[in-house]
Amino acid sequence: MAVKDTSNTSSIFELDRQTAVPAVIGNHKDFLIVSGLAGTSKDMASLTDDAANLYTMAGAMGAATGMGLGLALAQPDKRVLVATGDGELLMNVGTLATIAVLNPPNLSIVCVDNGYYGETGYQKSHTSRGVDLEQMAIGAGMKMTSTVEREDQLEDGAKMLRESNGRSFVVLRVNPKEPPAYKRLMEPSACRVRFRSALLERP
Amino acid sequence: MRAHDVTQVAYVPDAGHAHLIDLSIDDPDVHSIALTTEEEGVALAAGAHLGDARAVLLMQSSGVGNCINFLSLMKNGQFPLLTLVSMRGEFGEGNPWQMAMGQAVRPVLEAMGVICLEVTEPEDVGPTVEAAATMVFNAGNAVAVLLTQRLIGAKAF
Repeated sequence: MAVKDTSNTSSIFELDRQTAVPAVIGNHKDFLIVSGLAGTSKDMASLTDDAANLYTMAGAMGAATGMGLGLALAQPDKRVLVATGDGELLMNVGTLATIAVLNPPNLSIVCVDNGYYGETGYQKSHTSRGVDLEQMAIGAGMKMTSTVEREDQLEDGAKMLRESNGRSFVVLRVNPKEPPAYKRLMEPSACRVRFRSALLERP
Repeated sequence: MRAHDVTQVAYVPDAGHAHLIDLSIDDPDVHSIALTTEEEGVALAAGAHLGDARAVLLMQSSGVGNCINFLSLMKNGQFPLLTLVSMRGEFGEGNPWQMAMGQAVRPVLEAMGVICLEVTEPEDVGPTVEAAATMVFNAGNAVAVLLTQRLIGAKAF
């Protein structure tokens, strides 16, 4: 039996995250946002000026998608965006299956995929070695998926994140350059109180 | 659970929790959430709280080990967490694979700031879950109710 080489060596990691992330998300005020740790949290804090509609993490790696699901189910009238990175998503990729089964109509996920563990010194992640997160999401049952790796795909990616009626998943491939240097609120409890106070008008 | 407005019931399928899981599936006002691994339920509970909903996580003692790092989120963020743990690896256990994690459940949870309430008698289940829910949803704690093998029995092999 012939062994088929399915490694995806043609992935493009060219977009600049500092312009691509804002382009694909658009007006952040349209979302309640949960962001995983490391570079993605800096992207999101910079984009929103660390606003109260954003909960960022600096630990609990792999928690962003599950947290987004709980929030989306709790707030069915608001659109929830999970922002995560390739390293974080790989740590708990099974949550995509949990989300797909529940299929909340108001949850979108963007994975800023630079192919590296930037926070720990730019070691290659699996996505630099042929692993395709969009294919994993499709396998998990996510019906609306796309990979954005060129300028001319940004608009469609942005559309999918905000207009899909059902769980949507966008891989945003970017080059492994530094995220914005933004000093966000790092105290997890203060961030919780800030988020709830803005959403519920009480802590 | 419903009296405490719990609307998200998360679980990895388990015989010890089968009845509660079935109730959650049949209740149209409850999201019944099958997880691929228990720590998803910890993150889910934090997200539910951000959105002003209440969750419960049902798991077996072995699942506690999967949750450890995500409990940082609950401890540091002071998120409420209610979990019911069906115990293995303690009183009368016959499966050696269950022993290590079963014995580690309480010290591991307590190390991560989760209060443990043990139940050994059937008549104590209701009052203990009620007490735990109050401690979680009124006082903002993380509490695990440990449903011991004295209560639920040891699985025969």
